[in-house]
Amino acid sequence: MPLDIEAVFRAEYGRAVSVLVRFLGDIDLAEEAVQDAFTTAVRRWPETGVPPSPAGWIITTARNRAIDRLRREAKRDERQAEALLLHTRDAPPEEGPVRDERLRLIFTCCHPALAPQARVALTLRLLGGLTTEQIARAFLVPEPTMAGRLVRAKAKIRDARIPYRVPRDADLPDRLKGVLAVVYLIFNEGYGGSPELCTEAVRLGRLLTGLMPDEPEATGLLALMLLVESRRSARQDADGGLVPLPDQDRGRWDGALIAEGQGLVRRCLRRNHRGPYQIQAAIQAVHSDAPSADATDWGQILQLYDQLLALTPSPVVALNRAVAVAETEGPGAALGLVDVLDLDAYHVFHAVRADLLRRLGRHAEAGEAYEKAARRTGNPVERAYLERRRREIARP
Amino acid sequence: MKYYLLSVITPSEGEPPSAEGLAEIGRNLETFHQELREAGAWVFAGGLHGPETATVLRPKGGDVLVTDGPYAEGKEYLGGICLIKAPDLDAALHWGRRATWATTLPIEVRPLMGEA
Repeated sequence: MPLDIEAVFRAEYGRAVSVLVRFLGDIDLAEEAVQDAFTTAVRRWPETGVPPSPAGWIITTARNRAIDRLRREAKRDERQAEALLLHTRDAPPEEGPVRDERLRLIFTCCHPALAPQARVALTLRLLGGLTTEQIARAFLVPEPTMAGRLVRAKAKIRDARIPYRVPRDADLPDRLKGVLAVVYLIFNEGYGGSPELCTEAVRLGRLLTGLMPDEPEATGLLALMLLVESRRSARQDADGGLVPLPDQDRGRWDGALIAEGQGLVRRCLRRNHRGPYQIQAAIQAVHSDAPSADATDWGQILQLYDQLLALTPSPVVALNRAVAVAETEGPGAALGLVDVLDLDAYHVFHAVRADLLRRLGRHAEAGEAYEKAARRTGNPVERAYLERRRREIARP
Repeated sequence: MKYYLLSVITPSEGEPPSAEGLAEIGRNLETFHQELREAGAWVFAGGLHGPETATVLRPKGGDVLVTDGPYAEGKEYLGGICLIKAPDLDAALHWGRRATWATTLPIEVRPLMGEA
């Protein structure tokens, strides 16, 4: 696909599918129609140039394609076609401003009656326009497995009639939490080594904050992702090795993303309707503020972790809080907090312990903890980093 | 509109509820059914006798084989059913949630084929 069409595809695929789902009442038909329209664009645009409203052009073309297709198939299934042709009379005329139906689509994709993995896959497929193969690769499952997952999820939406709408006010807070969890899951999956997923998660975050500007947790999640994303290129050294936060070259952080993220943090905290994403974003904002690792305001980070722990009491949050305690009260105090946590299967738990033991001069125990951490991570870059730390400590 | 079947998943083992507990469940179900009727969602509901009362028929050659007992022994059995009419899954899940509260048991919600 030529670059300019590729860009339109990335930006507008989800919007086009969402409008067509609403129009056709069927996800598969909508996807086919939009793909048809992009195929036509690839043929025509190089001659005609990109139209003034690419999204409008794609949607109008997709709609016409769908109508043509259904007319052709009318003899096969008269009733459906009739119903649809009736429906098309209400259709908006030509390429006017396009209504945004993406919010409906994302709430359908993230419906709690679908399996969590299916929610993630559907969101990436229908809103992000990722191919089944791309999604399968990012989640390390065979393509047929992922294809099956998507087919079953779409069949359930159709057969169980999962509604295509934004939930009522009473259900909205819970349902939005589910949508944000899917977006954050996509981001975290990408953090482990598929940057295109991070980009997609940020795009979805922007979409949600754009469509629901009054939801501070949606803004908080976007801010959190932007601030973490701002450090992407500093997180790897020239050999692809992991560089932890204190050792990163802060000059390589992306200033524009930081400014945007910090602006969003300030905006949502002013509303004083705090939630876990906003607080996590605020913690990242404090890190982003520090010109050097030593200049980090750990007292403020500890306060924020106290708030986070009160809102979401979990051993993982307690572990992260202990890291801040190590900076304010010393590694001994932090180790006492870490040792009582029941997180043996979590590699970060062992990595944090290893670091605290190392700082306390207990090198033999630290080495063992690094080894445990390395054994428990599935990510090769993290494993290489942890093994390097273990070797460094073994050398006197 | 669509039909949805709400199935009451009853455990085969463990203590059954006390007499008072059962009476309360009965009252809650009564209220639930009344709500369904008032909302126009009611089609049918009923509790089932235990699996030990079941009889299974199977095709065998050109004949039918009759056996005593349930089709499959499991940790759970179907304790009751409720057929409702609802515009979409969200509405059906709303009634399913009410059924869970009333019965204090898991409820499986499944769409019937076709339209109501």
